[in-house]
Amino acid sequence: MADKMQFDLVSPERRLASVEATAVQIPGSDGDFTAMANHAPVIATLRPGIVTVQGAGTDAKFVVTGGFAEVTPAGTTVLAERALPAGEVTQEVIDEFVASAVAARDNATPEMLDQLTKQVGDIALVASELGLQARQ
Amino acid sequence: MPSLKDLKNRIASVKSTRKITKAMQMVSAAKLRRAQEAAEASRPYTERFNAVLGGLAKAAAGSEAAPVLLRGTGSDNVHLLVVMTAERGLCGGFNSTIVRLARQHIQKLQSEGKTVKVLTVGKKGREQLRRDYGGLLVGHVDLSEIKTVGYANAQAIAADILNRFDAGEFDVATIFFNRFENVVTQVPTAQQIIPAKFDAVTTDSADASLVYDYEPSEEGVLATLLPSGVATAIFSALLENGASEQGARMSAMDNATRNAGEMIDKLTIEFNRSRQAVITNELIEIISGAEAL
Repeated sequence: MADKMQFDLVSPERRLASVEATAVQIPGSDGDFTAMANHAPVIATLRPGIVTVQGAGTDAKFVVTGGFAEVTPAGTTVLAERALPAGEVTQEVIDEFVASAVAARDNATPEMLDQLTKQVGDIALVASELGLQARQ
Repeated sequence: MPSLKDLKNRIASVKSTRKITKAMQMVSAAKLRRAQEAAEASRPYTERFNAVLGGLAKAAAGSEAAPVLLRGTGSDNVHLLVVMTAERGLCGGFNSTIVRLARQHIQKLQSEGKTVKVLTVGKKGREQLRRDYGGLLVGHVDLSEIKTVGYANAQAIAADILNRFDAGEFDVATIFFNRFENVVTQVPTAQQIIPAKFDAVTTDSADASLVYDYEPSEEGVLATLLPSGVATAIFSALLENGASEQGARMSAMDNATRNAGEMIDKLTIEFNRSRQAVITNELIEIISGAEAL
């Protein structure tokens, strides 16, 4: 049995999860990584993606659209700008994410364009993983 | 001396006013509970966020490479005041106290020769400021259609402010709102958001000993987080304001209900006295009429 750590997922509007977890997969902006107990302290920004929490029993999945994760040996805290349990993400939610990401990309300054274009792609990936479509 | 009928009408009108204020008080009490819950729910996020950002900002402060949102533009000639008030009145001194604080700031800044621009959030502040400082208003955010303030609303306001900042429209931004102390006390507060300022960050000892790795890089994380910091500050200000508004309205309506009750008592005594006077008068007329026979 692996060590456990405290995992918190908070968004500005509510606290979505505060559980004991063995491992958490986090979609960092430079690539996915998995945090386990006694991980070295890291602060990483997030890209749109799915946070998977492995705890006792079943895995819990959450869709996040950005924000950052703070990993300490004692626990992991994900501060997401918007976060939803994967089960609550419907086609309408994806459509909304895509619309706002596309709008941000179209208004972007040239130096931000690459990053925002990538975000649109990231959301499309999330959608396909959940069996939904990203319509533009 | 008002007639009996006049008094009766006044009593009826004050009674219906009391019913309305009582109902408004109860509605505010329910809304206040919800607003407080929303403020409570946002606290874990804002606390964590500010702790992390504060730590980062402390490390980066003073360095030449610090992002412009933290360092400032190097001058403080143009100030943007973001005045957040309610969309509705009848909430005691809630709107006026914010506007008064903003006015003091405007006067102080203008006497120092600075340029002042005002962005209003909420109709009431705009109405009060338009009279004296109509020329300073550069924008207005209307929240009257929105029932519950979400993070998306704060993000929209923050995006507007950041766009103006990027366009070089101002150097320093300050938000004005009422901090919720308790139901009867709301503290009008001014908080500088650009360049970002952090009060003595309360990091507990466990945090201070940790040396974090940053992904993609310390500067990269800071550059991404600072704009969200503006949105977070505005969001918590909006929530504090929402709770304060309902608290202020609740106590204002409580006072109004009590005053209406006192007024009804007074009017009822006056009504009874005049009725008695009429009866006595009639009796005197009858008796003196009978004696004359």
